[in-house]
Amino acid sequence: MIGAAALAFVIAIALMLIRALYGPTLYDRVLAVNSLGTKIILLLGVMGFLLGRPDFLDISVLYALINFVATIAILKFFRYRSFQVPLIRKSGDRQ
Amino acid sequence: MGYFIGLIVVLTGLWLGLSGLYKTLILSLGVVSIILSTILAYRFDILDREGSPYGRLPQLISYWAWLVVEIFKANWVVVKACLRAQLDINPALVKLKTCCESDLARTVFANSITLTPGTVSVTIEGDKILVHALYEEEAHPEAFEEMDRRSRAASDGGRA
Amino acid sequence: MTEIMGILMQIKPVLGAFLCLVGGVLAIIGTVGVLRFPDFYSRLHAASVIDTSAATLAIIGMMLLAPTWLIVFKLGVVWLFLFLTGPTSSHALANAAHTAGVEPLIGRRNGDDEGADS
Repeated sequence: MIGAAALAFVIAIALMLIRALYGPTLYDRVLAVNSLGTKIILLLGVMGFLLGRPDFLDISVLYALINFVATIAILKFFRYRSFQVPLIRKSGDRQ
Repeated sequence: MGYFIGLIVVLTGLWLGLSGLYKTLILSLGVVSIILSTILAYRFDILDREGSPYGRLPQLISYWAWLVVEIFKANWVVVKACLRAQLDINPALVKLKTCCESDLARTVFANSITLTPGTVSVTIEGDKILVHALYEEEAHPEAFEEMDRRSRAASDGGRA
Repeated sequence: MTEIMGILMQIKPVLGAFLCLVGGVLAIIGTVGVLRFPDFYSRLHAASVIDTSAATLAIIGMMLLAPTWLIVFKLGVVWLFLFLTGPTSSHALANAAHTAGVEPLIGRRNGDDEGADS
C-alpha cells in the first residue's frame, strides 16, 4: 500500500509538471514549482519508508528549507530585478 | 535576555533531535554551531518578540490546534470544487478590517487566512487585509471574526 | 490491556500506509484543481490543499510507520516547516501577482470553460 502512495505522489508530480511547463504567467510557474517541491518532500519521506531507509528524511528537511528560500528569492528577483534590495523594514515605521 | 535563552533552548532541542549521533566530537560541533547562530541572530538584531516568540508557546499551540480543525473543515469545500464535473466557483475579493494591533498578531492572523484553503490574503495595509476567496458566499467579514479574536488572544494576550 | 496494545501494534503499519495513500490521493486532487481552475488566484487555493491536508495526512501516516522516536521528531520538524513556510510563500506569490497587476477573475464561473487560460 505504501508503494501505491509513492505512485500517487509520482502521478501528482507528473501532472504538476504540465502546469509548470504550460502555465501562462510567471506566477503560475512559480506556484507549480513550489507545490512540486512540497510533493517531492513527501515523496522523499515515503520512498525512505518504502526502501526501509528512513535516513531520507534528512534530505527532505533540507529540501523544505531550500524550497522556501528559492520561492522567495525568485519572487524577489522578478519584483525588483535585483537581489540587492533589503527586504527588512526599518524599525519605527509600523505600517 | 529571555529571548536569548528561548532561542538557545530551541536550537539545542532541534540540533539534538535532528542529529541522532551523540559522540563528543559531534556534540562539540553542535555547541559551536549553536553559539555561532546565536551570535548571528544578535548581530542581525532579530531577537525580539517576533524573532523568538517562545514565551507565548502554550497559547499559540492551543490556537494552532483549533486552526488545524478549521483547516480540515475548509479543505472539504475546495476538494469538492476540484472534483466537480462542471466547474463551479465564485471567486471574489473581500476587504477585511482586523482588530489585531501588534505586528505578530497581524502576521498570525494573515497566515491563518492563507493557510485555510479557499482564502488567501493578498495585501495588508495598516489594519485592512485584502482577501481573495474561492466562494464569495463563505467569505463575508463575519466569518473571519472568530479567527481574528482568537489570533489576537493567542499572540497578544488579554481578553479573548 | 496488553491485548489491546497488541492489536494496536498490528493495525499501526496498515493504518500508516493507508494514511500515506490518502495523502497521495489528496495530492492528485489538488493537482487536478491546479490544472482545471481558470485563473492564477483560484489555482492558489487548489495548491493550498496540497500544502495543508495532503502533507498532514501523509506525515501522520509516516509517523505511524516510523521505527524510532527520532524519526517521529524529524517528521514533526518537516511538518512544522511546511506549515510555517507554506502560507508565507502563498502570500508572497499572491502579493507579487497583485503588485504586478494580474487581475483576478471575479464572479460566478460555471460550465466547462477550462481551457480558457487568461
